[in-house]
Amino acid sequence: MNLDSLTQSNGEWLRGSGPEADIVISSRIRLARNLSSFPFSSRASTHQKAEIEQMLKDRLVKLEAESRLDYLPLPALTPLDRQLLVERQLISRELANADGPRGVAVANQETVSVMVNEEDHLRLQAMRSGFALDEAWTDIDRLDDLLEERINYAFSEEFGYLTACPTNVGTGMRSSVMLHLPALVLTKQIEKVFRALQKINLAVRGLYGEGSRASGDFYQISNQVTLGKSETTILTEIREVIPQIISYERQARSTLTRESRQALHDRVNRAVGTLRSATMMTSEETMDLLSSVRLGVNMGLLEDTISIPTVNELFLQTQPAHLQKLMGASLDGEERNSARARYLRNRLREAGPNLN
Amino acid sequence: MKCQSCNQPATVHLTDVIHGKKREVHLCQKCAEKQEIIKHQELNLGAILQTVLGQHLGPMTDELSRLTCPTCGIKYMEFRSGGRLGCPQDYDVFKGALLPLLQRIHRAARHMGKIPVHAVRNAERQRELMDLRQKLRKAVDAEAYEDAARLRDLIKNKESTDEPG
Repeated sequence: MNLDSLTQSNGEWLRGSGPEADIVISSRIRLARNLSSFPFSSRASTHQKAEIEQMLKDRLVKLEAESRLDYLPLPALTPLDRQLLVERQLISRELANADGPRGVAVANQETVSVMVNEEDHLRLQAMRSGFALDEAWTDIDRLDDLLEERINYAFSEEFGYLTACPTNVGTGMRSSVMLHLPALVLTKQIEKVFRALQKINLAVRGLYGEGSRASGDFYQISNQVTLGKSETTILTEIREVIPQIISYERQARSTLTRESRQALHDRVNRAVGTLRSATMMTSEETMDLLSSVRLGVNMGLLEDTISIPTVNELFLQTQPAHLQKLMGASLDGEERNSARARYLRNRLREAGPNLN
Repeated sequence: MKCQSCNQPATVHLTDVIHGKKREVHLCQKCAEKQEIIKHQELNLGAILQTVLGQHLGPMTDELSRLTCPTCGIKYMEFRSGGRLGCPQDYDVFKGALLPLLQRIHRAARHMGKIPVHAVRNAERQRELMDLRQKLRKAVDAEAYEDAARLRDLIKNKESTDEPG
């Protein structure tokens, strides 16, 4: 797999299509699995990790899965390439920053990635654009079956799939849906939604796992409980709550249209204006402004001058590693802010209302 | 009221309120002294806390604090401070402590999901394989290559009987 070519595309999760794609960015399911006859990663020696990696890599690249998996050993990658994989959500920040033998197997369309020697020996992940948990489950369940024919998983009838952290034991499954909720943030109702979700044991995180104030108004909702419930039950619980959040967001959007149409118009146009003319732009400000643009496009305020896949692409391309890949050079903070602003000016030249 | 440890009449009564939940401990003089709650007629606050908190985290905290996994060598206290277990066998070795913990995290303590078709479900056998691998490691480190070769064949043999692929 050529990492430089990755920057040319959006990958699966930002494709901007799929069910409810105006609000639901992507659906993701990950499974934690371990080999039965090795210590967990944190307790394995470098030699053991190398042994684990060799064995898993062999089996992963030979799998007769629908899409072939390419294996990338992380120590062989530059820090920039590792960061690129984090930004594309193919690997975790933890795996990128860890030491020792470790890597990731990635499918062509980036719908599947398998981390090796993360906190658990294996972290299988399936991603889909839009609200498509069932499709993601079908993918990952099948991959898990294929792997299990060739690997002895650590499993107990009592506790299920055994994981390094007891918070993942049982199904080892974390299923999450990423939502874009700008109207709930603008109408200050987002906290209420969080509290309701926490009551039913669902976790809320930002785009890259950050806490309360999510950048770009992106929120990931995922299950916390992994033991004592079947995969189907866990998926059903999330699947049932998402349409409610979608409908709250839609209500908040109609409230904005009804009660503060002028202010909303102003907000969207200012965002486009700033993105089209600024000469320095941090990644945080970019996320905030693009969030307003995305809301504007979805509410039909920008007269089809820019599409959702394009906005999604800009979210990704303006992340630090992607930006440096695009520019073909390693840039410090200030240089990045200037390159980011230049890139956004070019891409958005045609966007927004005609100013003449 | 009877002592919680030995059924003698309880003479030492402790009550504590944590997060609005009342917890009570009732012991006889002898058991209280044994648990070092009362030392020379004085109150030992540290021990009292241990007892009350111990009830919350699960029983036999003292015993657990000395537990070490024979397979991977992790101590129970290391798990408590780091939050990560050392190997699959720890679920067995630390079971007494993990059960109340799992109950608190997941409000359940039994797997209800997918079951792998081929996995070695026999914990005994998993441990055996892990032990063999450790011995192999040591043999290689000690440059005892004949032993290492023998162990490697043994591991291969054992794995091939339950690994179809």
